Amino acid sequence: MMTDNQKMQESIESINMTDSATTATKMETGTPKMTARHVDVFYGDKQAINDVSIDVNMDSVTAFIGPSGCGKSTFLRCMNRMNDTIPIARVTGDIMLEGQDIYAPQMDVVQLRARVGMVFQKPNPFPKSIYDNIAYGPRIHGLATGKEELDNIVESSLQRAGLWGEVKDRLQDSGTALSGGQQQRLCIARAIAVDPEVILMDEPCSALDPIATAKIEELIHELRGKYAIVIVTHNMQQAARVSQKTAFFHLGTLVEYGETTDIFTNPREEKTRDYITGRYG
Amino acid sequence: MVNSGTEHTVKAFDSDINELRGMVAEIGGRSEQAIAKAMRALENSDLELAAEVVREDKLIDDLEKRIDELTFQTIALRAPMADDLRELIATFKISGVVERIGDYAKNIAKRVPLVTQTHRLRPISLLPSMSKIASELVRDSLDAFARRDAELAMEVNRRDQIVDDFYNSIFRAVITHMIENPKDIGEAAHLLFIAKNLERIGDHATNVAEMVYFAATGEPMPERTRGENPTTPLDDALSDGAD
Repeated sequence: MMTDNQKMQESIESINMTDSATTATKMETGTPKMTARHVDVFYGDKQAINDVSIDVNMDSVTAFIGPSGCGKSTFLRCMNRMNDTIPIARVTGDIMLEGQDIYAPQMDVVQLRARVGMVFQKPNPFPKSIYDNIAYGPRIHGLATGKEELDNIVESSLQRAGLWGEVKDRLQDSGTALSGGQQQRLCIARAIAVDPEVILMDEPCSALDPIATAKIEELIHELRGKYAIVIVTHNMQQAARVSQKTAFFHLGTLVEYGETTDIFTNPREEKTRDYITGRYG
Repeated sequence: MVNSGTEHTVKAFDSDINELRGMVAEIGGRSEQAIAKAMRALENSDLELAAEVVREDKLIDDLEKRIDELTFQTIALRAPMADDLRELIATFKISGVVERIGDYAKNIAKRVPLVTQTHRLRPISLLPSMSKIASELVRDSLDAFARRDAELAMEVNRRDQIVDDFYNSIFRAVITHMIENPKDIGEAAHLLFIAKNLERIGDHATNVAEMVYFAATGEPMPERTRGENPTTPLDDALSDGAD
């Protein structure tokens, strides 16, 4: 258990980190927000990721595509150390966030996951009110000093996630009472509430109908530039629609990474071509 | 990257693409034949054959419509990507271009009844050679499409210069003939239009070749390298291609 002093220290640090990160973001939209170099991931003896190097930029949405088992989700999970929860998983190589090694011993994983938020395939709101779903993160990270400030964060997060209009009159209703698409936007709002720098999305629309999917895609489009966004998707049309950069993974390697328009109109690699044209068998 | 020919997981997609390829080959074959028949009709003053070319142009028009419909459907239903998408876009454009080639052949056929004094019109002797090369360009550009052959497509573009040079020579020969034989001006003018039609057919073959190159490589074809720079405004106007 942390002492109160430690908690206070952490809160102060988080506020400082957030401030400095925001400043850096404004100055360096063109430079990579995250860089990965020679990343290998092992589950026990089995190698799931093989020598992947990639940059993720602030000003573009990056899509990870590839057949099931290609390692795209595994790699995504390395980017905010979600693989730490799997005991047999081992990550080597460098993954840097704004030049900081996220696997360095002094890196606070809780802080890291606030800076690099994640949205999952199945919407997973807390079994709490809509308000508390959003307020939870800012509370534990000490981002708000009073009720009014917290209210503001909740409102602006819901607004950014395009959900405010639909829920503003029922903020005390349970988050789980919302529709699937609304729940997913609630989860995005929850990620936004702690003012992250990067948002990772792991097949965020695969449980949603086409209209809810379109709303999430529109949301991704609006959030572009404010956060570095990485989306893993099985739906190639979705990758084509929402991203500016696309990375194709196959058998744990990064086969091709480039402008989305190039990948989908004129891929350089035959493997990429076979996959996106539906010849992968 | 050239299509490696592997099959799609969804077999119906392959059968749509193969049907389209078949129809492109057919529309190409028909337009080539139309050029040959129109020219034979002209050489032999064969009015019946000329009428046949005009009638058969309807088949080319119908084929174009069918190709466009199936391309449109395939794009909508299969959401093609990469070389599949490029091939379908190319198919869509090529069908329109080849239909125009058919129209030029039809126009030549329509002029056959208006050119009767063939024995007196000396410049006419150049037309069979010119039409032979124009036809070859059409055939080669469509062969290049069938084989995804970017090299052959470039070759077609280079050879279009020969057709342009023929037109240039015929233009000068016809003008000279008109000056020497003012009573032939009417018929000679038709010859000039026929030569112009053949020159346009060559240009359209290069348009097909450009689409083939794009479909095969994903890149626009490098600018055509013309022979020599035109020396006079007349040369410039005469050598003006489809660009």
